[in-house]
Amino acid sequence: MHPALSVIVFTTATGAGYGMLFWLGMFAVANGLPPDRYFAPASLLLSLVFISAGLLSSTLHLGHPERAWRAISQWRSSWLSREGLAALLTYIPALLFGMGILVFHRTGGIWALFGALAALGATVTVICSAYIYRSLKPIQRWANGWVLPNYLALAAMTGALWLAALAAFSGVEPPTIVWLALTLIFPAALLKLAYWNYIDRTGSASTAETATGLAGPVNLLDPPHTAENYLLKEMGFRVARKHAARLRRIAFAAAFVLPFLLVLTGLFAGHSARLALFAAAAPLATVGALIERWLFFSEAKHTVTLYYGAARA
Amino acid sequence: MTDLPGPSPKKLGLVIDLDTCVGCHACAVHCKEWNSGGVAAPLTDIAPYGADPDGVWFNRVHSFESGRGAEGRTVHFPRSCHHCETPACVTVCPTGASYKRAEDGIVLVNEDLCIGCKLCSWACPYGAREYDYDSGVMKKCTLCIDRIYNEALVDEDRVPACVATCPVGARHFGDLGDPDSHVSRLVESRGGYAPMPELDYKPVNRYLPPRSRPAPSPAAALAPAPTDAEGILGWIDRLLSR
Repeated sequence: MHPALSVIVFTTATGAGYGMLFWLGMFAVANGLPPDRYFAPASLLLSLVFISAGLLSSTLHLGHPERAWRAISQWRSSWLSREGLAALLTYIPALLFGMGILVFHRTGGIWALFGALAALGATVTVICSAYIYRSLKPIQRWANGWVLPNYLALAAMTGALWLAALAAFSGVEPPTIVWLALTLIFPAALLKLAYWNYIDRTGSASTAETATGLAGPVNLLDPPHTAENYLLKEMGFRVARKHAARLRRIAFAAAFVLPFLLVLTGLFAGHSARLALFAAAAPLATVGALIERWLFFSEAKHTVTLYYGAARA
Repeated sequence: MTDLPGPSPKKLGLVIDLDTCVGCHACAVHCKEWNSGGVAAPLTDIAPYGADPDGVWFNRVHSFESGRGAEGRTVHFPRSCHHCETPACVTVCPTGASYKRAEDGIVLVNEDLCIGCKLCSWACPYGAREYDYDSGVMKKCTLCIDRIYNEALVDEDRVPACVATCPVGARHFGDLGDPDSHVSRLVESRGGYAPMPELDYKPVNRYLPPRSRPAPSPAAALAPAPTDAEGILGWIDRLLSR
């Protein structure tokens, strides 16, 4: 599938943003936010920047961005619509939670409730994002059970890593957040490996024979057109497939291995070194997540390719 | 609403005979011609005379080799919207631009509501939808809704353009929800089928499979002449073999 940059940026940025919002809300509920003047406001603002920038980016690939508001109307049947609605509704508790933090400097009581609702909204939005892909039957590499846990784990991990970086900047001693970020790298990495293993070992039930209903073996003699069309540009194979193996190694190192080593080293380093190491881990993991998301699109194969010479999709 | 209407008794669709189709692409060309000026217009062409032309077509004719060797045959395979009974292209639409008509089952796009997110084209396993890069909206086969209900046309023209133009009569249009319609009887008698049944989109259109024919046996014709032939040929064979 064509990896539209705006969609890759959107899912990665909102993933990190909703991950941060989720953990902020959870820490508020557990009364575990570091008692620091800057940490909570800075974290909340950064999470809202990630979410808002991602949502704006998602409109860039539309043919008619000015009609984007219509996209929240079909929540009864469309996961894309549900995602848009969930994203907008999540702003309500998130902004109230933010008001508590920024204006009243409080995160307990009613403000913690808003935090919990924001965490819930963040989770629901990421689930809807994953289900946009999870529900597309023509793309076997998306329509499987590994997609949702991967989206959730990566959002939780990148969000926690950014919080860990901000905690270091705020001068908070290694708090629970850092241990949490370190721990969350494991499920995210394992789920990614499991996803790659799954798509490498399975193929689509659909074949050139089921797509045409003809006696096999079926192969294409003459394509219907001599130049590329929308279908081939959007759903044919792309550059990343050629370098998929190498890109997987780069994504895995950048998203999981290096951030883990950086944070682990940072735990035992002095204050300024820790600052640098934590500050490097979060953006590095985000770059890794961007490459991972690029692969998620470009490695996905659509059944329409069966009509253009592919034996399996 | 992109919720699907309940199952309608009327299911308008196409029946395409893969046995008679000669792969002339006339259906695709007439489709392009009619719909360049119809309700889905324009069917934009980008650089039509350039080195890398691109454009929107609702109907594409693929030619496949089915089977190998003496059993193999060329099958021309026109591919267009199947107006499925459970079309995911409709339910994934976030804006309500995609819809399935309750009265006849035709799947359409309201271009005034479409935001051009392309998700419907991803949801269609058959590649029936093509995005118009120029107008920024998704386009698809309308089953020539502006012909079949057009009372200004004479009866024989009130069929989709692809059906009207097919020179060998390989394309049939009718109500597949009515078991007594001529298309339903064709499907019944010829074993018509829908592609990719495993995805369960329940296409309304049907393909009629190529008929089985006695396989020619080139092997026998190319084998060395028998030594025990009778009659005049046997006599000549024996004479020349001396």
